[in-house]
Amino acid sequence: MTFQNAAALAGPELILIVSALLMLVWGAFQSRATVLFTIAAVAALIAAAVAAILGPTGRAFSGGLIVDAGAVFGKVVIYLTSAVAIPLGERWFARRGMARFEFPVLVLLAALGMGMMVSADDLISLYVSIELQSLALYILAAFHKDNEKSAEAGLKYFVLGALSSGILLYGASLVYGFAGSTRFEVIATAMSHGAGLGALFGLIFVICGVAFKVSAAPFHMWTPDVYEGAPTPVVGFFAGAPKLAAMVLLARLLTQSFGGAVEQWRQVLVVMALLSVAVGAFAGLAQSNLKRLWAYSSIASIGYALVGLAAGGAAGIQSMLVYMVLYVVDVTGFFACLAALSRGGRPMETLADFAGLARERPALGMAMTVFSLSALGLPPMSGLWGKYYVFKAAAGAGLAWVAVAALLGSVVAAFYYLKLIKVMWLDPSPGAVDAPPLEATVVTYAAALFAFPAVLIALIAIDPWAHTAAVALALR
Amino acid sequence: MTGILSLTTYAPLIGVAAILLLRLFGNRDETRASTAAKWIALATTLATLALAILLVVSFDRHQSGFQFTEDVVWFAGLHYHMGVDGISLLFVLLTAFLMPLCVVASWRAIDNRVIEYMIAFLVLESLVIGVFCALDLLVFYAFFEGQLIPMFLIIGIWGGKNRVYAAFKFFLYTLLGSVLMLAAILAMIAMAHTSSIPVLMTHHFAPGTQAWLWLAFFASFAVKMPMWPVHTWLPDAHVEAPTAGSVILAGILLKMGGYGFMRFSLPMFPNASVEFAPLVYALSVIAIVYTSLVAFRQTDMKKLIAYSSVAHMGFVTLGIFSGNLQGEQGALFQMLSHGVISGALFLCVGVVYDRMHTREIAFYGGVVNRMPIYAAVFMLFTMGNVGLPGTSGFIGEILTLTGTYGASSWPAIIATSGVILSAVYALTLYRRVVFGGMTNPALFAIGDMNVREITIFAPLILATLVLGFQPGLVFNLTNASTTHLVDAFRAATGR
Repeated sequence: MTFQNAAALAGPELILIVSALLMLVWGAFQSRATVLFTIAAVAALIAAAVAAILGPTGRAFSGGLIVDAGAVFGKVVIYLTSAVAIPLGERWFARRGMARFEFPVLVLLAALGMGMMVSADDLISLYVSIELQSLALYILAAFHKDNEKSAEAGLKYFVLGALSSGILLYGASLVYGFAGSTRFEVIATAMSHGAGLGALFGLIFVICGVAFKVSAAPFHMWTPDVYEGAPTPVVGFFAGAPKLAAMVLLARLLTQSFGGAVEQWRQVLVVMALLSVAVGAFAGLAQSNLKRLWAYSSIASIGYALVGLAAGGAAGIQSMLVYMVLYVVDVTGFFACLAALSRGGRPMETLADFAGLARERPALGMAMTVFSLSALGLPPMSGLWGKYYVFKAAAGAGLAWVAVAALLGSVVAAFYYLKLIKVMWLDPSPGAVDAPPLEATVVTYAAALFAFPAVLIALIAIDPWAHTAAVALALR
Repeated sequence: MTGILSLTTYAPLIGVAAILLLRLFGNRDETRASTAAKWIALATTLATLALAILLVVSFDRHQSGFQFTEDVVWFAGLHYHMGVDGISLLFVLLTAFLMPLCVVASWRAIDNRVIEYMIAFLVLESLVIGVFCALDLLVFYAFFEGQLIPMFLIIGIWGGKNRVYAAFKFFLYTLLGSVLMLAAILAMIAMAHTSSIPVLMTHHFAPGTQAWLWLAFFASFAVKMPMWPVHTWLPDAHVEAPTAGSVILAGILLKMGGYGFMRFSLPMFPNASVEFAPLVYALSVIAIVYTSLVAFRQTDMKKLIAYSSVAHMGFVTLGIFSGNLQGEQGALFQMLSHGVISGALFLCVGVVYDRMHTREIAFYGGVVNRMPIYAAVFMLFTMGNVGLPGTSGFIGEILTLTGTYGASSWPAIIATSGVILSAVYALTLYRRVVFGGMTNPALFAIGDMNVREITIFAPLILATLVLGFQPGLVFNLTNASTTHLVDAFRAATGR
């Protein structure tokens, strides 16, 4: 393993870290954020995505980094959604007079952390990458620093995130103690005859730590408060890509290192999945703030993705990947739309604010309707196809009862999605909606058109790609 | 003629695109845009009807299999697979036939958000035709569930006072049933490794599995049909929906339940169908007797007709699960006939509702004095609803009852009382609205049907009478497919 090889494997990461550091210096020398700055950050992310696709595969840094089809899949999705988040957030802050050059830099660092998460092949790099992206996200959550709620969200996110990191680290140390190594490969050899009680104990702590990051019940408590307080475009960013990264990481750890203990960790995932679906469905009923509502909706979505992961094997991981990609597009579009809307300068956040939207802004109303129905899983929107993959994998793995239970949860959740649609289409409008900004509407329409009808074509390409990625993640 | 089925299915969407383009680039004036939308919708539905007629004409009646098939490989083992046999073609024709009438019926009745209304209707038509043409489980599910959205909006936006409640009830009831069906669909794909409906029709599931799958599909179709005791969403939805919405609901959407039983339950789970037949008989007989009595006590015209729909659908389920040729043919005919007659009855209610804005039976009386044409039209469809020989209603009832008697005598005997009960409530409704003295002064100024309304009713009258005197027209079309269905069912169950 030469340095050149290692550098080639870490190409996307190097691009991101070098651009982030250069931009930090650049930013310090200019008085305010410029358009050029935003473009540079987006270009760095796109370059990283291209480098991920074109780059070689293999391992480097004695197991600290692995590049395979699974990692590439994760990186491309993560970098591209991060690239979308930068102009969305930058313009949003600029309109509030808070444009700062740190924003694109922090998104770059978060993207770097996520890219390393999907490439982690060692408990140390797992922890370091999670911390890197989390720290960037804590700051982003509090980015609206004059706003009490944003500061509160950042603090809450930080304290609970630190707690979960502690849990994760404790679990990792147990796994290390029982397996004798931090490398996934060696752990897999040590666990090839089934995992002992101690190692399982550690694994469950690691799972709980990751569950905090993806906001799966019962580790979801921070989600509604943080989503409500954090700036809207930032929420759209951290509700999407980081969860995908954490799910890929979990998939790799569980199937590669603990493949022999499927029966044991499956129980944990099934319980978390069903709890998430139930919490998402029932607690969502009582929400009137859309950001909180979508926090619960995303908790339920993670529940569905966990059903796919619990199914295990290449089919299960593939279903999880497809589900997460479709979810990420939906949630990005939804929060972009939320960021675009205001009435008389006041952002529209409660259900009542959305009254009559379909009448006033038919296209945005239609987009919101598509996102709601997609989250509900109604055909022919993208959400249904995600659920189709997940539940097919579950039925194939003998978890049909989990699929039925989770589907029943979606009937409960249907009520609040319908409530939003009802408010938008049926209720009279209380006042004029401000002209939405260009960048947010473009993202909204693109995401809505992807959710329906482009998804019907796109899946023809996503399906085999996710399959290759899943096979790589499932096999060593 | 590959592709004609997809063309028929998506033809209404071309109309939607035209309306949207016109809205984006055309005249900004709301009234003129609305008028244009109406004309585009009418032209599109008529074109779809023409395509449906073309399908019927070029359909090979002697073949029992699927025709005009299209099969394109999709993702994840799914296929975009379409095709029709005699059974589904009948429903395609019924849908295409009722839709232009709905558009005309809404011409004046809908005066706000006309553009959205027409779009919702066209999307609905496309999805409904898709349901009957789909030959892949997931494609079927997509069409089947997809129409909840436009229907939710049609009831919710253009409905009566209590429309939001009715729309939610409709949506959530149907969704609960469909979600169980989705679970069954996924289980079937996992077990049989195919989502192709024609392949699954010949696939043999273990009897124990069949029972679960049958129940899951039953949950969905029974709600859709609707069968007692999950029918309670229907009266609410009907009462609150605009007239054309009721016509579509009663005329077509309910039929998807019956179609589902014939397409999925009987051929795919034959053993379970035999096993659960007594359950279906019991629920159907209760529906016929109980909802007929409930219908008799209604004070709202639409609610009365809604309950009578539940009763009539009871005959359909009896016929389907009798498993013999008379039963199946009768059930199909009953669905077709009910689609025409109940649609016409809702339109009859719409005629007076548009004038007086009330559906209270007690409000009316002696209408014949002012509206002789209306009285005659209403009379014809009331007779059709009762099942008078010479109308299409008669053929369906007599055949389903004969078929049921062949399978099991008691349900048939009890169900026959439904024929009498239907006369009781339908004639009472007619008497109270049309005959008697004109006691309500508000009615003095009521005008008779105008040319537009007569145009709507003319095809319905024609259909009712032609089907009543020449039922062979329908049976020719469906005979090969139903015979095949019954033969396969008998072979599988050894009856």
